[in-house]
Amino acid sequence: MSMTQQAEPAVGRPPASGPRATDGRTTRRPLVLRLLARPEVGVFLGAVAVLIFFLIAAPSLRQGSSMATVLYQSSTIGIMALPVALLMIGGEFDLSSGVAVISSALTASMLSYQLTLNVWMGVIVALIVSLAVGAFNGWMVVKTGLPSFLVTLGTFLILQGANLAVTKLVTGNVATDDISNMDGFDQAKKIFASSVDIGGVEVKITVFYWLAFAAIATWVLLRTKYGNWIFAVGGNKESARAVGVPVNFTKITLFMLVGFGAWFIGMHNLFSFNTVQSGEGVGQELIYIAAAVIGGCLLTGGSGSAIGPVFGAFMFGMVNQGIVFAGWNPDWFKAFLGVMLLGAVLINLWVQRTATRR
Amino acid sequence: MTSNGTGTHGAILQDAVPADDGPIVELRGAGKSYGNIRALHGVSLAVHPGKVTCVLGDNGAGKSTLIKIISGLHQHTEGDFLVDGTPVRFSTPREALDKGIATVYQDLATVPLMPVWRNFFLGSEMTKGPWPVRRLDIAGMKKTADQELRNMGIVLDDLEQPIGTLSGGQRQCVAIARAVYFGARVLILDEPTAALGVKQSGVVLKYIAAARDRGLGVIFITHNPHHAYMVGDHFSVLRLGTLELSADRSEVSLEELTNHMAGGAELAALKHELAQVRGVDVEELPEEEDLTAPVATSPEGTP
Repeated sequence: MSMTQQAEPAVGRPPASGPRATDGRTTRRPLVLRLLARPEVGVFLGAVAVLIFFLIAAPSLRQGSSMATVLYQSSTIGIMALPVALLMIGGEFDLSSGVAVISSALTASMLSYQLTLNVWMGVIVALIVSLAVGAFNGWMVVKTGLPSFLVTLGTFLILQGANLAVTKLVTGNVATDDISNMDGFDQAKKIFASSVDIGGVEVKITVFYWLAFAAIATWVLLRTKYGNWIFAVGGNKESARAVGVPVNFTKITLFMLVGFGAWFIGMHNLFSFNTVQSGEGVGQELIYIAAAVIGGCLLTGGSGSAIGPVFGAFMFGMVNQGIVFAGWNPDWFKAFLGVMLLGAVLINLWVQRTATRR
Repeated sequence: MTSNGTGTHGAILQDAVPADDGPIVELRGAGKSYGNIRALHGVSLAVHPGKVTCVLGDNGAGKSTLIKIISGLHQHTEGDFLVDGTPVRFSTPREALDKGIATVYQDLATVPLMPVWRNFFLGSEMTKGPWPVRRLDIAGMKKTADQELRNMGIVLDDLEQPIGTLSGGQRQCVAIARAVYFGARVLILDEPTAALGVKQSGVVLKYIAAARDRGLGVIFITHNPHHAYMVGDHFSVLRLGTLELSADRSEVSLEELTNHMAGGAELAALKHELAQVRGVDVEELPEEEDLTAPVATSPEGTP
């Protein structure tokens, strides 16, 4: 109570503390331990282990063409796993991503066939539809505040039903008509579904798109404002909003990015098989989510990378094809995936606990 | 701060001193109702540059509602809210930030898993390069964050460590340093000492004084009259959503402040009734006439 009657505030300036180099209370852990704590390093080691395992178990996998098949399989999962991973880092899910791929392909196929348009018209309209589905998901999530699990479960069911019903209504069949002799098909096929000859091995073009998208996503995530915002809205939405991050913009564009991925894979499917089965795509969304989680993305958001899901998708492609090349019963595929997923989740949990330990 | 760009440091020097030295932020009879619940009513408050305005009150007194109005999270439903003498109505915290009103929230508005330097610049990142390859100026941000934190006397080994690994006091100081750096003219601190130990509270109070000495207007929300009296220039006590006391430092002593916080004015009025209840010790309670500070009697908010 001695300062009760003082007229001036009692506290002055903070002491001009001489800046020391360090405060000396933290010790740097060895490089190996710090590297191991990175989730993408863990999944990289996992992917290498699976690769070595199958190279030993399935000798026919050692050929270039077999590896090209593995990479192709990985890329079709990996291209979708990238936006799904970014969305997950941003704190949301999209359960509609699997059937959205088919919706996009159906839109392009039926529109150009029924109206006898150049296929590029269908491709562009499909892109608009896919982005609109993403924007709708995002808008519903940010406006209602409902969990994205529920909102996108709704979209998933809507799209699944609409895919079947509209296709039957328009074509009278569960599949669309073959569009391979329509205007612009060859050109579109060259862009979305061609192969590149590398040293006598045919490598599908999606492999290159996959790696290019991964590089762009990594750059955006770590080196741009938008990437910073993705981590922030996933890590703590209220804090991000309070310091001026456009939370709604970030979330909606992330959902639209998933829409873009769905469109891209949808176009690939359409121009590789010429026709689309309207009932497909169900269950794929969980594969994408699993690849992102195996790749070290935190299911609750705020942490992850774009390179991790690349290895995650590669593990999927590897196991998927490896089982076939090893001559085992392919029914084991899903069981393998389950084990991989659980392992990845346990590693993530451990990493998070170590990283935030006081 | 006025833009997202790089040149915001030092903005405080240009905009901080209004020509007439009037209040930066002023509330005149402001209030807020949530549906039929009146959370705040007839509150008048002025924040001058280089002064610390303390807002005291018990839980549920309306302190949070008051800062939410000033920081742009909610809108007032009655009265006026003026910034630099102009009536305003913010719809997002961004607008308040653009007017130089920065809030350090109780939960500190940090993202625990993100590195310290990313948190420091979150929402106002420094960038370089032309548009298609416009990227974060990471080296620049790390250097600036380190510099600013050292200026406030905070030395961290590694700005890459997640901010969640810092102690509560350290995080509070990072949040204050961030607001000061981004050219805040008014700093709102929501119970910055509530969860801190004695020594850490002292550190935070020093930064409040440092911010004041840099010419910022500070709104210091607290329920600890001792902390308030150590740095405050003006004291407003909220009670059940209305202003119970509004007094300058020269008009009020720490005892009176504490009494008002504890509901002293009401208790004094009830003293004689209480005296008839067996077992209640009234000797320690102040008489009504002992409370010399001007009590904001009119709930309609005459200044």
